[in-house]
Amino acid sequence: MSTTDETPRAPRASSLGPLGFPEPGPPRFESVSDVRTRLAEAGYLADDGIAGVVYLADRLAKPVLVEGPAGTGKTELAKSVARVTDSRLIRLQCYEGLDESKALYEWNYKKQLLRIQAQRVVADGDGTAAAGSDAGTGDGGETRSGVAWRDLEEDIFSEEFLLARPLLEAIRSTESVVLLVDEVDRLELETEALLLEVLSEYQVSIPELGTVRAERIPLVFLTSNNTRELSEALKRRCLYLHLDYPSLERERDIVLTRVPGIGAELADQVARIVRSLRTLELKKYPSVSETLDWARTLVVLGVESIDAEQAKATLHVLLKYRSDLERAAKELTVADAQA
Amino acid sequence: MLDVLTGFVSELRAAGLPVSLTESLDAAEAVHHVPLEDREALKYALAATLVKSSTHWKAFETAFEVYFAMRGPQYDIDADEGADSDRPSDEADLPPGEGQRGRQGGGGGDGLTPEELAEMLFRALMNANEAQMAAIARQAVGRYAGMEPGRPVGGTYYLYRTLRNLDLDGVLDRLMESARQEAPDGTLTPLEERLARDEFQSRLDALRKEIEDEIRRRLVADRGTEALARSLRKPLPEDIDFMHATREELASLRRAITPLTRKLAVRLARKRRHGRKGPLDFRSTMRHSLSTGGVPVDPKFRYPRPAKPEIMVIADISGSVAAFARFTLHLVHAISSQFSKVRSFVFIDGIDEITRFFETADDVADAVHRINTEADVVWVDGHSDYGHALSVFWERWGEEITPRTSVLLLGDARNNYHATQSWVIQEIRHRARHVYWLNPEPRAYWDTGDSVVGEYAVYCDEVFECRNLRQLEHFVSELE
Repeated sequence: MSTTDETPRAPRASSLGPLGFPEPGPPRFESVSDVRTRLAEAGYLADDGIAGVVYLADRLAKPVLVEGPAGTGKTELAKSVARVTDSRLIRLQCYEGLDESKALYEWNYKKQLLRIQAQRVVADGDGTAAAGSDAGTGDGGETRSGVAWRDLEEDIFSEEFLLARPLLEAIRSTESVVLLVDEVDRLELETEALLLEVLSEYQVSIPELGTVRAERIPLVFLTSNNTRELSEALKRRCLYLHLDYPSLERERDIVLTRVPGIGAELADQVARIVRSLRTLELKKYPSVSETLDWARTLVVLGVESIDAEQAKATLHVLLKYRSDLERAAKELTVADAQA
Repeated sequence: MLDVLTGFVSELRAAGLPVSLTESLDAAEAVHHVPLEDREALKYALAATLVKSSTHWKAFETAFEVYFAMRGPQYDIDADEGADSDRPSDEADLPPGEGQRGRQGGGGGDGLTPEELAEMLFRALMNANEAQMAAIARQAVGRYAGMEPGRPVGGTYYLYRTLRNLDLDGVLDRLMESARQEAPDGTLTPLEERLARDEFQSRLDALRKEIEDEIRRRLVADRGTEALARSLRKPLPEDIDFMHATREELASLRRAITPLTRKLAVRLARKRRHGRKGPLDFRSTMRHSLSTGGVPVDPKFRYPRPAKPEIMVIADISGSVAAFARFTLHLVHAISSQFSKVRSFVFIDGIDEITRFFETADDVADAVHRINTEADVVWVDGHSDYGHALSVFWERWGEEITPRTSVLLLGDARNNYHATQSWVIQEIRHRARHVYWLNPEPRAYWDTGDSVVGEYAVYCDEVFECRNLRQLEHFVSELE
């Protein structure tokens, strides 16, 4: 199997025709390291896994399912990718009870009603004039109203009356798009099926209008906090990326890039303390975003090197449960307990 | 390459991962796009396409390390001594003791005494020198593991032997000691102490992993990919038996419970959707009225909000199901956060309500501890007596069961030959909406010895075998 000598784009182009697969558009990234450096420029530090999956998603034209604990940068990843690829970010926030009229499309019934009303006014004006002749030639009138009806139907079920919701909008867009489907796990199992057609074929079928194919395949990110197991059908269509809490080094770098004015020593300490906290058994572990908040707090307070007292006084930025706070304060100050 | 990939996929399937045909095709395509010489990239490409659940990651990683192990002569089991060409090639045939001794004699290929090796290890850990740590791991495995070609074992035994000789706890103490000395005033504040310890611990973990990898590489070289993969296969988290789970496994199970209880909540709360109407849905009514020219002939209604059901959990926490019971308590706690009204009871031969413990303590471990110490569950001798526990339950709380209540019983129904009092279950069944029994024993053991689950089963809606997460999930999805 040759890998390096041929350009990876070549096989894609040939698979378009017979299946009617939409044009994926030019690749957004050159290589895995290209993903990394460009994301880093946008302030998102990706590790090998993240960069690799984003690269593959672009090349294979597959959606990415990003799973992991809250606050590890799942949504941020999608946003950053949109930023570095100059794409429009279209976001669909999922929640229980989301239905197709909010995710896919909806007919603008108010406008349709107006259209019908308008038609009636016009028809009434016609009708009085043509009433006499209508009574005489019965079938002539029928033909005319039949035609009018079909016109009307075609008219009110045309694109003009269609309200595109996020998924359809992402499909129809001609520019490069990053579609973010946030917190898929909040959808009910049944509603998940809404996404399937979009995710695998990049098309939306509208019964009255036909099938809308993607102009250009969007880069799709689905995020999930893993509060429930997603269906096999959905998982099968996606690349899977598990975003866990970052390693010590990566967290330190994240703190350094995202918190202006922080010293290297403080960043290192912050990352270390957070790592220690994550080894405790807590109700809720401090997330990356909370780490950043904490680092910012410390910078604002003018702290240059944390001691136990300062750490204890500001821990509430990191931990949100009283029992967690108590335990953390105890563990951090009485380290000798287990020695 | 394709052959390796096919073999790899079938190994994943054998380990229990659900890998579909489309996914393996995706993997094959993904491999095109990564440079093959980059092992990490290959790993992530395969992981992204083949593994769709974070709990399966470990199984994937093991299989990956085995299938795409670094190969080469330096990983032969006799590698470090094998370099000396004067070694007899039949050395492998020596009995273990002699082999070990022979190795220790000749094994100092680079002339290090065990003390020097320990010193090197200490320094490498102190400075977090990764290259050196890898080298030491290689040395240590060669020297201490005493690996014998052709032995059909996984690496655990070798790992244990290597680690025992390295005495990592002692090393940790030394590291801490020298960290203390390096501190400006000779002591560390508790916070610094804690941070230093965590830092060293993570370096030690890295070393441990390095040693594991080294052992595995040698095993692959010795026994071939497939044989090793088979002996390294471990049950996936969802297949771990509750009754025989280790501490670590239990911890991983606990994390998996939360999504499950959500599902359980949804299932139990689900009402018949058709036939029941909620308030008028104006938007939908108008939309549908288009077919009648804007006259709302057919009013549409919203679905009613699902009602939250009440649940009573009655769990056996006696010794015979101790591991399961601990798991159960976590499950109960997770359930109670999902439902408006959960009441939980535990029993051995007496029964006590423990709802209050979960309400007052916001930490599970704390609650479990209090239940074990404070709950009044022993009546006579602390051996399970389902009959007595159930009749007391009926006396004290039976009145409170309503047609909206679902009752979950958890236990192995090993009754120590006491009276079963199964009429209680019958009475409960009359009052409650559902009665389910979850039994952590294999079905084959039911109704053998002092197990009387059959007598209770006639009055339950259904009895489920519930030995692992998969079965628990099955139970949840069976609920209508």
